Amino acid sequence: MALNAADVLAGIKEIVEEVAGIPAASIELDKNFTEDLEVDSLSMVEVVVACEERFGVKIPDEKVTDLATVGDAVNFIVNAAA
Amino acid sequence: MSQRRVVVTGLGATTPLGGDVASTWTALLAGKSGVRLLTEDWRELLPVHFAARVAIEPADQMERVEMRRLDRSEQFALIASREAWKDAGSPDVEKERLGVVIASGIGGVITLLDQFDNLKEKGARGVSPHTVPMLMPNGPAANVGLELQAKAGVHTPVSACASGAEAIGYALEMIRSNRADVIVSGGVEAAIHQLPMAGFAAMKALSTRNDAPHRASRPYDADRDGFVLGEGGGILILEEYEHAKARGAKIYCELVGQGLSSDGYHIAAPDPDGAGVQRAIKFALADAKLSTKDIVHLNAHATSTPAGDIAEANALRLALGKDSDHVAVSATKSMTGHLLGGAGAIESVFIVKALQERLAPPTINIENLDSAVTIDVVRDTPRPLPTGQIAALNDSFGFGGHNVVLAFATL
Repeated sequence: MALNAADVLAGIKEIVEEVAGIPAASIELDKNFTEDLEVDSLSMVEVVVACEERFGVKIPDEKVTDLATVGDAVNFIVNAAA
Repeated sequence: MSQRRVVVTGLGATTPLGGDVASTWTALLAGKSGVRLLTEDWRELLPVHFAARVAIEPADQMERVEMRRLDRSEQFALIASREAWKDAGSPDVEKERLGVVIASGIGGVITLLDQFDNLKEKGARGVSPHTVPMLMPNGPAANVGLELQAKAGVHTPVSACASGAEAIGYALEMIRSNRADVIVSGGVEAAIHQLPMAGFAAMKALSTRNDAPHRASRPYDADRDGFVLGEGGGILILEEYEHAKARGAKIYCELVGQGLSSDGYHIAAPDPDGAGVQRAIKFALADAKLSTKDIVHLNAHATSTPAGDIAEANALRLALGKDSDHVAVSATKSMTGHLLGGAGAIESVFIVKALQERLAPPTINIENLDSAVTIDVVRDTPRPLPTGQIAALNDSFGFGGHNVVLAFATL
């Protein structure tokens, strides 16, 4: 099922807010998960698992390190679902 | 060089009687019970349908996002430590001279069991990455240590229901031996879950007075039938005396000594002779340079079990001799239930308040005092303590035969 990038971004905002307590309004495509949003490595695992459940995609562990920014995650999920 | 003295400069608590020290102490003096019927469906699986949950849920005291990565026992530790730290005036202390010693009897057992449920339901991917930091018994101490950036050492003694008292004793030695100037010390427990409750029930350790939960915890009563599981925690800020004086801290009292022993008798039953308890009391008095004459108050372990209460009462009588006639004994588990690894800590908070206000809290639910009890139990209403310099003891015992006695005195 194809996913629309805007919907994926909205979903990631909700997930990151829920997991890490970061206000959705401050989560943008160019934000780096660790440096800008201070999502630590354990919370990043939670974000990944929640994204997999929500978007019905598989995010392999070896790909997680490539997802530096919110935009990277949106692109990966949109492509994986395509 | 004379021994470094250790004083109490801050208190914190979250208990079945209140979300902080002030509300807990008020309810304690009023003889209120914190024991309630459980509302969870699983209670029907157990012979016991009640427990003493904290009066104020952590959700009302901390942010949700912080809560979700903390076990309930860690939440209690942070809530009580924040109160205690603030009460102590947020001491300005070098991080290398600040320590944390917070115990738990069982650790993050609710997390352990909840995550096992997740594993069975959703597979390994469904297990939270926070599981291990949440279930480890040193988690409460570690989280408080992180928050305060304590660098003198963070420790977690584990000795079942003596754990909280042992933590305070460990902290005493850390300051005496010059490893630290300020320590956040105490104990917490969060084990109200069907598995640990079923385990205690299988030992016949829990009261099954389901028709009157608030009357179930009745230390020294002839019809007592077991303890009531409680949850929560208590924290004391311990500080080296000169350090406290130099910063103009409010000083509650002095922690003057501790006595430790073990029974070598049985994994769960108390030694009926109470020889280990007597030795622990003797060691605590010697460590504190006190005699039995100086003791005016004692917060007893007294969990409301048929065997334990009598073994303890006999040991107290023997250890204190005729001086036990002037020792006001309070069994506050009659109101709080039994906080396991948190018990020795909240009861130490109660001792500190009792010395400050010169009031021994009551013991409730004694309808017929067990005729074998020959100590002076404070019943139903608080009792004034004498003026002048006074001292009090807190005794705690744990499965495994651990005995810990702490001695506190007014300055």
